[in-house]
Amino acid sequence: MKFGVLRFPGSCDEVDAAHACERIGDAEIIWHGDESIGDVDAIVIPGGFSYGDYLRVGSIARFAPAMEAVARFAQEGGPVLGICNGFQVLCEAGMLPGALLPNRSLRFLCRQVGIEVVDAGSAWTRACEPGEVLSIPVKHTTGCFFAPPEQLEAIEASGQVAFRYAPGENPNGSVNDIAGVRNEAGNVVGLMPHPEHAVDELTGSVDGLRLFESAALALA
Amino acid sequence: MLARVLIRPKEGILDPQGKAVERALPTLGFEGVGDVRVGRMVELEIDDESRLPELCEKLLANPLIEDFEIESVE
Repeated sequence: MKFGVLRFPGSCDEVDAAHACERIGDAEIIWHGDESIGDVDAIVIPGGFSYGDYLRVGSIARFAPAMEAVARFAQEGGPVLGICNGFQVLCEAGMLPGALLPNRSLRFLCRQVGIEVVDAGSAWTRACEPGEVLSIPVKHTTGCFFAPPEQLEAIEASGQVAFRYAPGENPNGSVNDIAGVRNEAGNVVGLMPHPEHAVDELTGSVDGLRLFESAALALA
Repeated sequence: MLARVLIRPKEGILDPQGKAVERALPTLGFEGVGDVRVGRMVELEIDDESRLPELCEKLLANPLIEDFEIESVE
């Protein structure tokens, strides 16, 4: 299978994301200005500071020509994963529910956290067991997941919480310890932690590979 | 026309920036200041002002977490 990894001006994790994808299949980096995403089977929107995070994190990237193609791809059921800034972009684009606020501590965070797989049915979690805890790093300043009470209830009721921080490990004040969510169909997933940085024992964990393996399973 | 849009965190939404400013003030001798909220202000020239609300909802503010207010300047 072939993963496409988006690159915006200000992206910084697209190379790691492509390396992670290459452990499962082929990977191609797609420039934000391209109107086509080619013949890829899955899309990863990586972390970083797209368009300098001007105005609000993720708010400008959603207007990129490549994002229009990604939105069409997602609508047709294609697997799309947003990591960190990519998660923020998907929320701003309305492809995922909720929004990301500055960390409660107001500090930049960089640490390994445990995240529990809540929904193991999505295109990016089906290689996991429900309830399994993955060890994956977070690194962000704007990662406090928020949804207004009504929307939050709907997210919980429809099983759209994909990941929760393990008990006591919520690093940023996210509501209901939510680390990642999925869309209703389950093909679009976003999370603040960085699975692409947890694909080699050298950096302490290979748990992140499970997300990329999941996409391969979803397409099989 | 020249318009000014004020964007602020919605009531009840945690505003860590506002909190940080609030905590800093007493250390500078400014006592008795509370409920500090930090937002942003955007000024723009627009031909068709009837499109302003839509423009604010679609880009300048995120209606899930922010309120906006349009002020026409001239």
